[in-house]
Amino acid sequence: MRDVAVVAFTQSPSVRCEANRNETEILIPVIHEIKQQTGLATEDIGFICSGSSDYLAGQSFAFVAGLDAIGAWPPVSESHVEMDGAWALYEAWVKLQIEDADVALVYGFGKPSMGDLPRTMALQLDPYSVMPLWPDAVSMAALQARSCLEAGVISEREMAQVAVRDRANALNNPFAQVKGEFDVDALLAEPMLVSPLRKHDCSPISDGACAMVIAAGDRARELCERPAWIRGFEHILEPQDLGVRDLTRSRSTEIAAEKAGAHSDKIDVAEVYAPFTHQSILLERALGLGDAAVVNPSGGALAANPLMAAGLTRVGEASRRVWEGQADRAVAHATSGPCLQQNLVVVLEGN
Amino acid sequence: MSEVEDSLSAPHRLAYTYKRSLGPVLGQFFTGLRDGRILGVRRADGTVMVPPKEYDPDTGEAIDEMVELADTGEVVSWAWVHEPRPSQPLDQAFAYALIRLDGADTPLLHAVDAGDESSMQTGMRVRARWSDEPVGAITDIACFEPVA
Repeated sequence: MRDVAVVAFTQSPSVRCEANRNETEILIPVIHEIKQQTGLATEDIGFICSGSSDYLAGQSFAFVAGLDAIGAWPPVSESHVEMDGAWALYEAWVKLQIEDADVALVYGFGKPSMGDLPRTMALQLDPYSVMPLWPDAVSMAALQARSCLEAGVISEREMAQVAVRDRANALNNPFAQVKGEFDVDALLAEPMLVSPLRKHDCSPISDGACAMVIAAGDRARELCERPAWIRGFEHILEPQDLGVRDLTRSRSTEIAAEKAGAHSDKIDVAEVYAPFTHQSILLERALGLGDAAVVNPSGGALAANPLMAAGLTRVGEASRRVWEGQADRAVAHATSGPCLQQNLVVVLEGN
Repeated sequence: MSEVEDSLSAPHRLAYTYKRSLGPVLGQFFTGLRDGRILGVRRADGTVMVPPKEYDPDTGEAIDEMVELADTGEVVSWAWVHEPRPSQPLDQAFAYALIRLDGADTPLLHAVDAGDESSMQTGMRVRARWSDEPVGAITDIACFEPVA
């Protein structure tokens, strides 16, 4: 394996509604900042890959407009995934592994405030047997949460504790949207949103963007004092149909973590992309995190969930802990699809 | 400059303008729904899955033995929707539920018209309420309703 590391990361603030900026305009300052930070010009970047969703923009090939943030000249080698930017990172990492490039720029962006997001998410479901019933994303997650609660693998109190932890962690994150000191009992006294989920169990709807630079070998050492070396990278997909899956665990995260080598040594920091509190509990178990691991120091997706960027943001936030010396070994996770259908795990190390 | 009302305009309608065959397995499933029958498919391990798939989700092998199921079953999980969104199966508060039909081993996602959240519980028995105008779609089952 070629040594490849995350060397830079920038993000926009996550906000409920970017009323005056379109997706590209949200992205432009984020790209500008990462070029300034690294000193890289467009011609220094061997490959560019982005993650976004035409379904959020409401038109086909909307992602092409994102390239305006890079500029029309010079010509670039570029690709796109209709997925979270974390999967764009995977493609870029493969591109560096096959020695097609030494430096890659990855970005993710989304503006879900343009539609009714939970409803839009129904469009990712089986188009014949499920989607015509329009089950929204919150209802789908609620079906999973009840399965977990009634199987006795989690409790509503544990779910509220996740929200309290992540929102408190987010106090240190200037880019987060939902933050503050909250009380578990007070949260549990709140009414149900879609029973058995309360509002605090759900991530906010966020507009936002982020960008990352990865580089190979000496190029990484030139660009970053303490690069976050990617030592394991895997993503695994489960069937889409909820009926044939065990909803009380995240089997695909377990397999991805195993294959990425997450369990081979202690983990100092974990950034987990859990759009719902019960999913955070399932994911932390699937990743095999010990008590020593700091989970979601950024506040995670419950504090800010810029769709199509939130997974890549987990990798960026975990990398930052490595750059700053707070972690020797970190794990980042991203998810996609209904009820944790697809999961990606990255293991990052300082040495 | 011409007035705005002189501008050329064209309607922009987002639509999926293709016809697509459902294939041998889903085709039978939806034709069955049109006729008021629910068909599952038998997997290699003998269990019955509904909605059916052409390929076993675990092994990937082709499967095509259709099995007729009852239109009654048991709720295995549910989510109570206080405020339905546009296009959802019911206008008043209802439950999305995973329903294991009698004769099936895996649950089907659909809606339950229970009136009130307190009428819902895991393990409750439900029966399909059929649409008056079936067209060969999952919505030919209008929803499920509690069986007394």
